[in-house]
Amino acid sequence: MKAAAFEHACPASVADAIALLAGEADARVLAGGQSLGPMLNLRLSHPRLLVQVNRLQELTGVAADADAVTIGACVTHAAIADGLTPDIGGGVLARVADGIAYRAIRNRGTIGGNLCHADPAADWATALTALDATMLLQGPDGARSLRACDFIQGAFRTALLPGEIMLAVRVPQLPADARWAYEKACRKPGDFAHAMAFVLLCGGRRRAVIGALGARPLLLEDDDVSLAGATHSLRALSGLDEVQRRMQLVVLSRALAKAQA
Amino acid sequence: MQGSASGEGIGRSVPRLEDDRYLRGKGEFIADIRLAGMRDLAFVRSPVAHARIRAIRKPPGAEAAVFVAQDLVGVQPIVAVSGLPGFKPSAQPVLATGKVRHVGEAIAVCVAPSRAEAEDFAAAVDVEFDELPPVVDMRAALTSEIRLHDHWDNNVFLETFVEVAPERFAQPAPIVVRRRLRTARQCMSPLEGRGVVATWDRRVEQLLVYSSTQMPHIVRTGLAGCLGLDQARIRVVAPDVGGGFGYKGILLPEEVCAAYLACRLGHPVRWIEDRREQLTGNANCREHDYDITLHAEADGTLIGIDAEAVVDAGAYSAYPFSACLEAAQVASILPGPYAMQAYRCRTFSAATNKPPILPYRGVARSGVCFALEVALDAVARHAGLEPHEVRLRNLVPAAAMPFENITNKLFDSGDYPECLRRVIAAIDLPGVRRRQAAATGPLRIGFGCSIFCEQAAHGTSVYAGWGIPMVPGFEQAVARMTPDGGLELRVGIQSHGQGLETTLAQVAHEVLGIPLASIRVVHGDTALTPYSTGTWGSRCMVMAGGAVGTACRELAERIARIGAHLLQAPQEAVRVGAGLVSGPGGGVPIAEVARTWYLRPQDLPSDVAGAGLEATAGYKPPRDSGTFSYAAHAAVVSVDTELGDVRILDYAICEDGGTLINPMIVDGQVIGGTAQGIGTALYEEMQYDAAGQPLGSTLADYILPGATEVPEPRILHMQTPSPLTLHGQKGIGEGGAIGPPAAIANAVNDALAPFGVEITELPITPRRILAALLAHSG
Repeated sequence: MKAAAFEHACPASVADAIALLAGEADARVLAGGQSLGPMLNLRLSHPRLLVQVNRLQELTGVAADADAVTIGACVTHAAIADGLTPDIGGGVLARVADGIAYRAIRNRGTIGGNLCHADPAADWATALTALDATMLLQGPDGARSLRACDFIQGAFRTALLPGEIMLAVRVPQLPADARWAYEKACRKPGDFAHAMAFVLLCGGRRRAVIGALGARPLLLEDDDVSLAGATHSLRALSGLDEVQRRMQLVVLSRALAKAQA
Repeated sequence: MQGSASGEGIGRSVPRLEDDRYLRGKGEFIADIRLAGMRDLAFVRSPVAHARIRAIRKPPGAEAAVFVAQDLVGVQPIVAVSGLPGFKPSAQPVLATGKVRHVGEAIAVCVAPSRAEAEDFAAAVDVEFDELPPVVDMRAALTSEIRLHDHWDNNVFLETFVEVAPERFAQPAPIVVRRRLRTARQCMSPLEGRGVVATWDRRVEQLLVYSSTQMPHIVRTGLAGCLGLDQARIRVVAPDVGGGFGYKGILLPEEVCAAYLACRLGHPVRWIEDRREQLTGNANCREHDYDITLHAEADGTLIGIDAEAVVDAGAYSAYPFSACLEAAQVASILPGPYAMQAYRCRTFSAATNKPPILPYRGVARSGVCFALEVALDAVARHAGLEPHEVRLRNLVPAAAMPFENITNKLFDSGDYPECLRRVIAAIDLPGVRRRQAAATGPLRIGFGCSIFCEQAAHGTSVYAGWGIPMVPGFEQAVARMTPDGGLELRVGIQSHGQGLETTLAQVAHEVLGIPLASIRVVHGDTALTPYSTGTWGSRCMVMAGGAVGTACRELAERIARIGAHLLQAPQEAVRVGAGLVSGPGGGVPIAEVARTWYLRPQDLPSDVAGAGLEATAGYKPPRDSGTFSYAAHAAVVSVDTELGDVRILDYAICEDGGTLINPMIVDGQVIGGTAQGIGTALYEEMQYDAAGQPLGSTLADYILPGATEVPEPRILHMQTPSPLTLHGQKGIGEGGAIGPPAAIANAVNDALAPFGVEITELPITPRRILAALLAHSG
């Protein structure tokens, strides 16, 4: 299938992009296009206007300070996987990025586009929820920031307001004593995961995030980070059957074992 | 016969001549063709599985760009009959008339300057349906009160029944195992989908159809029938074709539509199938259901097979292979490569509200091999034997060849037990058993094997019995010298990945010794080649290879006659070979013979070689019941019993394709087929929900194996020439796809045996493994 007709704009600045979005209710932001492209072709999405942002320098910068690494929304997965962006410790961001889909997709797909698309099986949503990253957003009414766990609201649903775009992701530096593990189960490498878990242990705090639930990632903290805690939380979710729960628990237990090893 | 002096003949792994253009991106595939004024087609397809069409409303203002069934004046539906008694033919409308019978069925076609604009029109066509309850499951179809085809008395295209010595089943046998087994509905997925470009050629007053097809001549015959045109008014050209596997051996409604519109509209039109159309509406194959019981002696010797099989044939009988081929094949090949005393098999070709089932590489065999070999492993466990031991007790021995089996198949040659022994040695079974015993924790090791034979190049005697619209007879080839000493081979088959531009040239080289660089194979064009049923059934190397060899021998005689004159030697004293006519006193190059005949006829007496240097010959083996190549596959897998993941740790194949024309190309065929067999075993499945909706529409939902899922198999060769064919070759194109589902399923079941769990349904997904383990552990 081929996409329905649309207008295509390449604004010169974030401010211009926001203005374009404000002027057309039926507009979508185009970053790497690795999800939106197929959706357009399958005519699952048919906006009147596409606002392409991935060439904006304001969205492709990276910065690091003592507390956090800030990665522009349009930095590609490949750039992160190749270590071209600062690390928060332990090579965690490169490790997550390297496991996203296939190289061709990583070459074009962006961290911000991935988060704004909010596919429940996406790697960044789960990993950045665990790492307690903050999304820096800019809209017609100014700038604001949201924690990952508040930004992702459900399957393909985020807290982005109409006309708002993501500028960057701010990921806290990992303390030296941090231990982490990321596990996922896929039919084949690069395929959508059917179970995933990110475990982060540091300074006596424990965080575990279960993804690929067909819903927002499930965040477990401290005493809830256990198989019993996860079992309880997964039972409370609708739409999962026994096999899916079992797969999620196995992946979580393997991530826990690796983080504790 | 093997190995010519120059190293380019039969048995040589010469690089493929066609690869230069393929690897450099210089080929011409259907979507590369650009004709002036060409417009794109897009189809309005049924979103529901079963419904009556109450009304179709074209978008206001775009009426001229949209065509429905009534607009296709004089176009007949596609009908593929079978001569088997009781077969009920279906009329597959080119555009739906009255009723739709599967999701994706074409209802209207839209014409526009681009595909996107044609899709805009298609989206604006308004179709009103009266939905009917669908028939989705093939077993339920057999007893359902709902009718797909209103005038039928049930939903069965064909029921077949065969039995030999059934009284043996009444006697109690020491070992009786019964299994219910299922294979998934798959979608054949060549890299390039279907596609057609059609135009009316005013100069020759002929419809010119470029189609991504395996059988241009059969497409022409089928198109002529649907359009009411003389066949001479149609030319079908298959350009470079990016894989077929059976999917391009079918006349599609879209092809008929495009051909009709080209005649009517006066400008070229094209339809390029996209992946969504291929997956949701077109390329269905493989879905079988078996109830199989094996009766055996205590030592594992087979007494017989008692089985019932259902094939989900979908809504229509596809042209030319019909809706019965798959199930009829099941009944005739279920005994596999084994000897037995008794056999009983009933088959049903069930009609359901799904796209028509089409023949896919290893037609029926991958399912049959899975059913028989999984059941045979159960016999081995009962008898306390290793899997290969029970097979060695039952395989037809070499001394019995040629062997007529219980369904009257003539196994032409080979040593089946030796083939199995070699693959077992290659896989190091004792070593596997040691690793298996040492494995603890969630990761378990399993071993499995399968062995099968592959009937190929079966001809008139077999297909006349099935009575489908296409019965292969003599295969023809034209061998023509050019004035500069080159050789053109014209064949009616089509090469779409098999390397036939190389291997057929190798056969010609073997006979004439003309260098490969001077031989061109012309194929895929009804205007340039002799009639042929095309490329299917692993037939080309036997049939087209035999025809090329025969035509070249005829040409060699004519060359000898002219050469003898040039050498001033008696004809019986000269021989043709190595590019020369050689006589007692010296030789003359074949090129010189050609130059003389074409350009210097004054040098020849007028009574020499009036027939010229262009020979057409027909070839058919003396008995055309088919060659039987065979292979044994052995797999070692690991199974993650907590997540259900299966990894292939080792894979070995021993195959016997008779005389190998080009062993490198054979290896490529085996590897490619094995990759597809792994897809059948572990990944590929188009599920349908209760409403008859396909649950996948992209390659993110329909999972194909990729580089990370396909191990490099170790391939061992045996070469037992076929006594039936010109050079001893056997058809071997499909075998790779047949063995893996059985071998891998047996390996998984071997790994799961300690848990008391057996997988009986393909593909073997993590979910199926976990569900089985959970069900067993309660």
